[in-house]
Amino acid sequence: MAEASRATGPRRFALGDAAYRRALQLAGLLVFGIFLAVGVSLFLQAWPAFQHSGISFITGSTWDPNSATYGALPFIVGTLLTSVIALIIAVPVGIGAAIFLSEYAPRSISTVLGALVELLAAVPSVVYGLWGLLVLAPWFASTIEPRMTWLPFAHGPTLGVGLFLASVILATMVLPTIVAITRDLMNAVQPSAREAVLGLGGTRWQVVRHAIIPTVRTGMIGGVVLALGRALGETMAVTFVIGNSNVIPHSLLGPTQTLASLIANEFTEATEPFHAASLIAAAVLLLAIAVLVNVAARALVWSVSREVSELV
Amino acid sequence: MSVAAAPLDRRAYIRDVSARTLRRRQIRGGVYTTLCGLALLIALVPIVAIIGYTVSQGIGAWSVQFFTHLPTPSGIPGGGISNALIGSLIIDGLASLMALPVGIIVALFLSEQRNAVAGAVRFIVDVAAGLPAITIGLFAYAIVVVPQGHFSAFSASVALAVLMLPVVIRAGEGAIRSVPPDLWEAGIALGVRRARVARTVILPAALPGLITASLLAISRAVGEAAPLLFTAIGSTFLVTNLARPMASLPLVIYLDGIQAYPDLQRTAWGTALTLLVIVVLLNLGARLLARRMRRYTR
Repeated sequence: MAEASRATGPRRFALGDAAYRRALQLAGLLVFGIFLAVGVSLFLQAWPAFQHSGISFITGSTWDPNSATYGALPFIVGTLLTSVIALIIAVPVGIGAAIFLSEYAPRSISTVLGALVELLAAVPSVVYGLWGLLVLAPWFASTIEPRMTWLPFAHGPTLGVGLFLASVILATMVLPTIVAITRDLMNAVQPSAREAVLGLGGTRWQVVRHAIIPTVRTGMIGGVVLALGRALGETMAVTFVIGNSNVIPHSLLGPTQTLASLIANEFTEATEPFHAASLIAAAVLLLAIAVLVNVAARALVWSVSREVSELV
Repeated sequence: MSVAAAPLDRRAYIRDVSARTLRRRQIRGGVYTTLCGLALLIALVPIVAIIGYTVSQGIGAWSVQFFTHLPTPSGIPGGGISNALIGSLIIDGLASLMALPVGIIVALFLSEQRNAVAGAVRFIVDVAAGLPAITIGLFAYAIVVVPQGHFSAFSASVALAVLMLPVVIRAGEGAIRSVPPDLWEAGIALGVRRARVARTVILPAALPGLITASLLAISRAVGEAAPLLFTAIGSTFLVTNLARPMASLPLVIYLDGIQAYPDLQRTAWGTALTLLVIVVLLNLGARLLARRMRRYTR
C-alpha cells in the first residue's frame, strides 16, 4: 500500500490500486454483513420463543397469547394457501399476456401496454390494500362471492374480506413480475428458432408452441417461483383484506391470517410473555421460506441468463 | 423431388390434405391468440381500476389545506397530511443518504471485481432483494428500537435503507457495466490509478444510469408501510426530531384506511393519490433517464 501511494503524478484523493481494491471489498463485506445480521439478529430475538414452544410452534394450531400458547400452523397454512391460489390465477393470465405482447402485438403497442402492466409493480402495496378493502371487498361480498358457493371449499358467509380476496389482490401484485420476466425471455429467443418453424410452414402459434415455449420454460418457471416469493412475504395489502382471524381457513371465502399479516397486526400490542418473541419467530419462519424460494428462483433464472435475472 | 415424381391424383391428395391441416392449424392458432389477447386485457383491468379509483376518490380529498394542515380527529374538518409529507421526506431522505452511496460503491465493486468475495456479495444481494419488507422492519426494531428503548424516525430510515440497498446495487451494477470498457482501458493505459478512473471516468459516464438506480430504490422505499409499523409507528404531530415517532404517507394510508369513518377513509384516498403521483413520477424519471443512458452508450 505504501509503495502504491508513492506513485508519480499529481494526485489528490486517488487511492493506490491495492488500497482501492480493498476499500471496494470492504464495502461489499459491509453489505454482506448487514444482510447476514438481518437473519442472525431475528433468530437471536426469536430464540426464547422457539425454546418456549418447541416443535409445537410449527405444528400447533392454537395461537393464544393469554395462555402463552403459540402455534403458528394456521399462519403457515394461510401464507402458503394465499400465495398458491394467487399463482393459480396469475400464471395463466401473465404468461398469456406476455405471449401476446412479445409475439403478436405490434411493437409500439407492446411497449405502451407492457409499460402499463409494469406500472402495476410500482403501485405501493398499501394502495392495493386500500383498494381491496374499500372497493373490492364490498363488491366481492355482494356480487362475486355469492356466485362462487357452488365451488368446493367455498361455503360460509360472504364477507368480502378473506382468503379469496387476499389471493386475488396478491395475483394482481405478482402479475407484472410474471409478465416482465416471461416477455423479456421470449424477446431474447434467437430469430433462427422462429425461422426454423416458419420455414417448415408453421403458423405463428406453432412458433410459440414449438420454438418459444420450450426455449424459455426454465426461465419462466424461475420467474413464477420469484413471484411466489413476492406473494409469500407481502404484508400490507394482505393485512387489509385477509380478515385477520387466527384460524386455519375452513373455506375459500373464510377469513384467515398469514405470517406477515399476523406480525403487522399484533406486534405493537405484544405485551404478554413470549408474544413479541413468538412474532419474531414467525418472521424467522417467513424469512426462511422466502430465502429458500428466492434461492430456487434465482438458480432457475440464472441458469438461463444473468441479464434477465437483473430485471427482477 | 418425390412429390414431383408422384402421380397426379396423389399430388392433388397431398395438396388437399395440407390445405386442410393448414386451416386446422390456423383455427387453433386463432383460438390461442384470442386467449392470449384476452389474458392481456384481463391483466390491464386492475391497473386501470386502481388508478381510476385512486384518482376519482383521492382528488376529492385534495385541497390546499390537505397539504398544509396537520391531521384532525375524525369528525373535525380541515385536516391535512403536512406532517406525513414532511415525515416521509425526512425518513426517506435519511434512508437515501445511508443507502445510495454505499450501494453505488458496492455496485462498483461488483462490476470491477470477479472473485469469491464478489460472488458471495452478489448472491446475498440477489437473495436480499426478495426478503419480505416486514422482516426488515423487525430487524430495524431489534437493532435500533430495542437498544434505544423507543420508536423513532431514525429506526425507520435504517429499515428503509436496508430495503433500498439491493435495488440500488443491482440496478447500479447494470448501469456501470453498460459503460463501454474502452473508456476504462483508455484510463488504465494512460497510467491513471483505478480509483481515479472510477471517479473521473466510469462514474460520470454511468451517472444517468446511477440516478435511475437511485430513483428506483427511492420509489421502492417511499411506498413501503410494513417496515414503518414498528419503527416510525406514526404520529399526528409535526415532528422533525429523528429520535421520535414520525408520520409518513404510507402509514397514513394504512392507519386511516382501516378505520370505519368515511372522513378518515377520504384522507387515506387523498394520501394514496399523493403517493401514487410521487411513485409514478419517480418511475417515469427513471425510465426516461434509462432510455437516455442507452442512447448515450450506443
